Amino acid sequence: MVTLLRATLPQIVAIVLAFLVGAIVLLATGYSPINAYLAVIKGAFGDIYGIGQTFTQATPIIFTALAFIFAFKCGLFNIGAEGQLLIGGFTAALVGISFGDLPVYIHLPLALLAGAAGGALWGFIPGILKARLGAHEVITSMMLSYVALYITSYMVNYPFIAPPGWVAQTVPVTPSAELPRILPPTQLSASIFIAIGMAVMTTLILDKTVLGYEVRAVGLSTSAAKSNGINVKNTVVFAFVMSGALAGLGGAGEILGVHHRFINGFSPGYGFDGLAVGLIGGLNPIGSVLAAILIGALRAGGMTMNTVTGVPIDIVSVLQGLVVLFVAAPRLISYLSRKGLATPRLVKSALAKARTLPTEIKRIFRRGGS
Amino acid sequence: MNTAVRMVNITKTFPGTVANDRVNLEVQKGEIHGLLGENGAGKTVLMNILYGLYKPDEGQIFINDIETRIDSSAAAIKYGIGMVHQHFMLVPSLTIAENIVLGREPTKDIVLLDMAKIVKTIEDTSRGYGLEVDPEALVRDLPVGLQQRVEILKALYRGAQILILDEPTSVLTPQEVDSLFKAMRALEQQGKSVIFITHKLKEVCAVCDKITVLKKGKVVGTVEATQTTPQELAAMMVGREISSTCEKGSLQPGKTVLRVEGIQTLNDRKLLALKDVAFEVHESEILGIAGVEGNGQTELVDVLIGLREVTKGKISLDGKPITNISPHERIGMGLSNVPEDRQKNGLILDFSVLENLILGYQDKPPFETGWIRLNLKRASTFADELIEEYSIKTPSKNTLARHLSGGTQQRVVLAREFSRKPKLIIASQPTRGLDIGATEYVHKKLVEMRDQGGAILLISADLDEILTLSDRIAVLYEGKIVAIKECSKTNEFELGLLMTGGNNE
Repeated sequence: MVTLLRATLPQIVAIVLAFLVGAIVLLATGYSPINAYLAVIKGAFGDIYGIGQTFTQATPIIFTALAFIFAFKCGLFNIGAEGQLLIGGFTAALVGISFGDLPVYIHLPLALLAGAAGGALWGFIPGILKARLGAHEVITSMMLSYVALYITSYMVNYPFIAPPGWVAQTVPVTPSAELPRILPPTQLSASIFIAIGMAVMTTLILDKTVLGYEVRAVGLSTSAAKSNGINVKNTVVFAFVMSGALAGLGGAGEILGVHHRFINGFSPGYGFDGLAVGLIGGLNPIGSVLAAILIGALRAGGMTMNTVTGVPIDIVSVLQGLVVLFVAAPRLISYLSRKGLATPRLVKSALAKARTLPTEIKRIFRRGGS
Repeated sequence: MNTAVRMVNITKTFPGTVANDRVNLEVQKGEIHGLLGENGAGKTVLMNILYGLYKPDEGQIFINDIETRIDSSAAAIKYGIGMVHQHFMLVPSLTIAENIVLGREPTKDIVLLDMAKIVKTIEDTSRGYGLEVDPEALVRDLPVGLQQRVEILKALYRGAQILILDEPTSVLTPQEVDSLFKAMRALEQQGKSVIFITHKLKEVCAVCDKITVLKKGKVVGTVEATQTTPQELAAMMVGREISSTCEKGSLQPGKTVLRVEGIQTLNDRKLLALKDVAFEVHESEILGIAGVEGNGQTELVDVLIGLREVTKGKISLDGKPITNISPHERIGMGLSNVPEDRQKNGLILDFSVLENLILGYQDKPPFETGWIRLNLKRASTFADELIEEYSIKTPSKNTLARHLSGGTQQRVVLAREFSRKPKLIIASQPTRGLDIGATEYVHKKLVEMRDQGGAILLISADLDEILTLSDRIAVLYEGKIVAIKECSKTNEFELGLLMTGGNNE
């Protein structure tokens, strides 16, 4: 418990600091931070609709955070989760609209699998480029995100556009490929369970399998991994494929669970949020689930805050940015949390001193009196 | 009045070692002075003191007979001292001219770089010393020999009268060495002093006027190059009483485990690093590879463990060819490796002791079970056993390797590599950086493995270590095995001579 606390302390301190600085921003712009934050909490957790919204917002960024983490453990920066999510969403939609009369227990897994495969393919490209040619994955995965954006955009604007062709989206997937909604009337779907399942699975793969061991070995020391017979190139490709598959599955979850069709521009940047959430979650799969819920709550509650208090919704982005900023400044945080840990001790010793004070005073007085 | 540099009673200690112990050195104007010694003899430390990079604990430095305090390289440059390090400090994307004037750019109209003047100055300087370069070529396109030339020109441009060259030939081809020597002689003619750090006897005899030999931080002596022989220098370098060297029990070597036949390979610069290397290692035998570092040892190990491609020749392990199979397969066939840089290649510092103890074997039984599952329970018991057996001093098996001492880290590596009952153990510089106790432990373990029938290839720059442990000794010089000797039929003088190319055979 203590070790858990110590491990999560920097994250918690960062979040608290972000909210404090956010409060200053709110005060400076003439809003009441207390009212605003209360509105956020009420909006995010106050009723069924809020809770549904919170988790709906959290779901895709759990997937992309896991994608970021998996690659990161192999020493790779996959900042192309956005593209992998888009491709995954599109391939899932394709399978979802392609088969008419499959039973749900075949059609749905097939569509999900297609999503994972699409994302995996999009992760494979930067992976193989890195392994074979040494091309830097930050550049390639980033650029491939734009390629994915324009490919999917073209696909739903032309070949796959739903008749009559006014909106850039596909026809709906057949009901047998839909992920069930679990909290009607909200959009929350069973995708959240898949997300949490994937977080558990990611932890298990990294900690309990040979492949995970090799991924971590390569991430921590390429030279030692190589000297000890680990095939670094294959491991890099594997990590990128897994990373892409996780993001792709996230895209599939959005399409099959929320929108039920591929809509152009359905992702407001979930891929990039994943990077932030992965960092806030301390690069830990379970931590990132919690971080994603936090960000989801901010977004869901932000809308309520906006309507109730008039605070612009953009403050949510400000808060998210601040949390990342503070998480990314570990020295500052460890300094502050050391101070923070020291405080109870200081208070305790001060209290102990204070308790002896009356006797001290008495003694002085007695001496003065005699 | 003709003395350029006089260093008197220089002492410098680092935690645990005395790098320089009351060292005296005198270099005249117009002299090439060789500084000779084994690895770790204190040559580079001494020169770093002269160049202001280290502060001596004691001693005085006189430049042109005036006592001087040199507390930074800027001060050294001011006193006319220039140093060319083993690792060049050039900006690859700038031209030669730009690199040379870096930090001291001549300007016109206050702000504009006077490029024409720069190019002219450099052309004049370089022609004067036979160090021709094209001032407008980009440094990144240059071969190493020319980069070194740029470094020398940079020092001269800054007004160096005393030029320190730290093992300048170790990265050069023979032709490049020739032209470097020509340039050194041209500098000498102009009245400049050159201090030439090396451990190659031939070179020192070929180019120097005077030679100072250092050993374990002390000056053994200074001799005129014309008055000495490579044999005498070698004796001075290793110089100590001949001791009985092979104290371990003698064993009859068994069948051949490793057979290397005429292999060649290239180094990172695509030059031949190994030339027709051939040897065998048998069961119950330690074959020592002696040699000054940089003569192909690293490449030899890389080739044997499968990290570097063999361009010619064959390697077989236990009769099976392994010439171009992956490191992974070789480990599976019973090849064990105790790498030279244990922190970089032997261990993953941010892995726990437990995780490090299964590194390389994580995908083999008993740790890999079923499909891809890593059996952590077995790994854990295994780690407990090894920690016990090899007395690994760690707070727990979950402690990160980073937090262990160097000796303990090496124990982790040994425990992992030896516990596999390997057919062949390659141990490179296995005691480097370890204290006496840890060194003894490593030696004891290596002999133990040999006594149990293991075949061991020991690569070490430490002659004492080679002589203590080996049954047979192969000497590697400039990528070639120049001799293979029975340990009992050789001594450090002969080996020292062979290692430094002083043998004229």
